Amino acid sequence: MDEILKVDGLCRSFGEFQLKDISISLPRGYIMGFIGPNGAGKTTTIKLIMNLINRDRGEVLIFGKDNIKNEKEIKQRIGFVYDENYYYDFLTLKEMKNIIAPFYRDWDEAVYQRYLKIFELPARKKIKDLSRGMKMKFSLALALSHGAELIIMDEPTSGLDPVFRSELLDILRSEIQDDNRGILFSSHITSDLERIADYICFINNGQIVFSQTCYELREKYLLVKGPLELLNETVRQFMLNVKENDFGFEGLSDQPEKIRRLLGNHALYEVPSLDQIVLYTVRRDKCVAFN
Amino acid sequence: MRIILSNASPDPIYEQIRRQIQGHILKGELQAGDALPSIRSLAQQLQISVITTKRAYDELERDGFIETVSGKGSFVAEQNPDLLREKRMSLIENRMAEIVKESALLGLGLEELQQMLELLYKEV
Repeated sequence: MDEILKVDGLCRSFGEFQLKDISISLPRGYIMGFIGPNGAGKTTTIKLIMNLINRDRGEVLIFGKDNIKNEKEIKQRIGFVYDENYYYDFLTLKEMKNIIAPFYRDWDEAVYQRYLKIFELPARKKIKDLSRGMKMKFSLALALSHGAELIIMDEPTSGLDPVFRSELLDILRSEIQDDNRGILFSSHITSDLERIADYICFINNGQIVFSQTCYELREKYLLVKGPLELLNETVRQFMLNVKENDFGFEGLSDQPEKIRRLLGNHALYEVPSLDQIVLYTVRRDKCVAFN
Repeated sequence: MRIILSNASPDPIYEQIRRQIQGHILKGELQAGDALPSIRSLAQQLQISVITTKRAYDELERDGFIETVSGKGSFVAEQNPDLLREKRMSLIENRMAEIVKESALLGLGLEELQQMLELLYKEV
């Protein structure tokens, strides 16, 4: 399999927080959604991939090449969108673009101008006068205008309205029509990822919980609901986490077949949403609440 | 080609796509040699992930309904006429099974059902 991004055994610790043995693999032509609660290590992992901070151990291969040894060449081919605005606030969009564009060998002014138009970005306005959504569109326009093969985005949809989020997903869909590309994007708005991501990578407490295709996830987990009488020790064994109230229980199982065989028609089964998978998993780990 | 996806269905999206394309082929709405949309453009239009449409196509290919020529795309495969007839028969059988179930719920007897069928058959 031709991998556009391969992360192997990546580790990094900061005081109490530890990123442990992170391994991710994204084949060319696909989109990976990177999810997890705040503070789980998403941004740290992305910064390590981009070599913005030093790693303690592990390896990152982008386009099959080491991300540190070949940093300059690799970064020509990556479109990167940060979660915050790192541009000079006091410049206009045009001035900022004129600073960034020359760094890229394959900068395509026509593509950039097209995105300005699509996003309705005012080239003569100062960056500080843009709304949050506009700033995001500006970063996106810069990231998509130099023929990047790998697009990496850290929380591109947070704080944005549903209309823009849906526009962004449409843009990503058209970018991935080229099967030579790959997209990694982190988000805690899982509904954005649910329909677009081919692979979902879930990180919690600095560790990968799973990294799988979207349909494997649907088969791996099952949401079970039923009356309290059903909830005995055996049933609990097959559940990751159970919520109980006076009228019944609801829980997530990662052993769907065993649960179905055990409870038969007495319980109600649903395919869990990504949100539900995250919630039940994070709660079990007694981590901070998922926002 | 029509493909309508339901988010409320317990069937996974790839299965819904697979079944609908298979249905078009069995009904003859898609003929041998007809080109199918590319995996990527189908995903874009249906607003779903690429890997989901890929799985649907992979299964259709495994079952001999379509063929993929690398660099050219996917096409409806030449169907063996006997096999096709058998597959279509089994489709009819499945539908009849549904009708029988529904009738039983209504308390409709075999004779009444046969009469209905006879009437309908003559009308065609």
